[in-house]
Amino acid sequence: MSFFAVLPKYLPDLAHGLWLTIALTLIAAALGFLLSVPLVLALLYTKGIPRMLARLFITLVRGTPLLVQLFFIYYGIPALGIRIQPFNAALIGFILNSAAYQAEYLKGGFMAISSEQMEAAYSIGLSKWQAVRVVIFPQAFRFAIPALSNEIIYLVKYTSVAYVIQVPELLSQAKFFASDTFFHLQIYFLIGVVYLLLIWVVSKLSDMLEHKLHIPGFDIAHLR
Amino acid sequence: MPLVRIENISKSFGKNRVLDGITFDIEPGAVKVIIGPSGTGKSTLLRCINMLAPPDSGKIWLQDTEITAPHTDLIKIRQKIGMVFQHFALFKHLRAVDNVALGLHRVKKMNRSDAYEKAKQNLQKVGMQDHGDKYPAQLSGGQQQRVGIARALAMDPLLMLFDEPTSALDPELIGEVLMVMQKLALEGMTMVCVTHEMGFAKSVANEIIFMEGGHILEASPPAEMFNNPRNERTRSFLHKINELYGESK
Repeated sequence: MSFFAVLPKYLPDLAHGLWLTIALTLIAAALGFLLSVPLVLALLYTKGIPRMLARLFITLVRGTPLLVQLFFIYYGIPALGIRIQPFNAALIGFILNSAAYQAEYLKGGFMAISSEQMEAAYSIGLSKWQAVRVVIFPQAFRFAIPALSNEIIYLVKYTSVAYVIQVPELLSQAKFFASDTFFHLQIYFLIGVVYLLLIWVVSKLSDMLEHKLHIPGFDIAHLR
Repeated sequence: MPLVRIENISKSFGKNRVLDGITFDIEPGAVKVIIGPSGTGKSTLLRCINMLAPPDSGKIWLQDTEITAPHTDLIKIRQKIGMVFQHFALFKHLRAVDNVALGLHRVKKMNRSDAYEKAKQNLQKVGMQDHGDKYPAQLSGGQQQRVGIARALAMDPLLMLFDEPTSALDPELIGEVLMVMQKLALEGMTMVCVTHEMGFAKSVANEIIFMEGGHILEASPPAEMFNNPRNERTRSFLHKINELYGESK
């Protein structure tokens, strides 16, 4: 039997794997972003305990391997008597991981903004948090878009690590397929192409977002 | 009663004592021009007056409110004190009209259409009514600075602070900004300007304040200051300014 003769039988499983990969990426990117905003604000605009907690969280996440974090959540937490499904364990791991990195990328955006912007905001009577929300953040976010889209590209690929905690995502399905049929070369080539396509889509979407949010003065004018 | 009373304020950044016992009053309608070598605390002094950089000691009153008192509502105070920045400091992600409307909408809580109506009126005051839809990066320096002035004016301040408003501008753009400032002064706006535009100082100011080393060395009306400076340092500074910018008429 040829590769293309056996492939159809496995297509639904592979499609399901692809779906899990996409779901993990999108949910982790979105919820990670929602978490990264308070993290970076705590880091930059608070003192004392909130700032300390944000720094501690980012240090822990960036300082330990993703695989260790996933094992800790999937194998470690059930030891405390809390049952956790593979997909959920992976999701929690990716959300926390991505939040820390996205916070750092946003921080880069905030640091690109001159202190006069904050002074000008104060000078017309905005409060600190109003100034951050309507003056600083919209600019910082625009500066951070390239780095944030890079993070989503990483996430697409990192989700393949979830196969080690039994999440039947795309790479897991390819492994099942390979061990059933021995078409290693073909299937890994095929899913390599699928990952490539996914990432192509992500970078296109990011270009579109950049274009949609484009404002004169926020482009790389020196390249023209 | 003076509009602003500044009483013996001092401020240090680390070991550097930038302001060292500054005292003066600002009467309603007064136009004061602060001059002096760079690094002598002129900008810091302006930032004390709207509490962007609160003084370490001394007191400042705006009318009958001591704004240096702890727990002063600075958000209320700052609405009454407009500020114009050396590098314009327009909000770069917002169009000119949004820049002017922002404070009206978010701080004064005007509804959107009223805020934009008033923003357009203020753009008109500075001759920028045709550029409201442009982003700061699409405007020249002089145009940006006029939007900066409109943004401050829109809040109906009692006092305007100008922090070297023309020193980042190309020479041919300085005039348009000075004209707006001159018009404001004629309309009776109370103004404190840090500037080296001596022509402006001569024609508009009631008082020139010469600062050095965190002190006020001399403060007098322009005619007296330019024709007969009492202080040796003032004299040599004015001489240098004249060499640089040409004798002002």
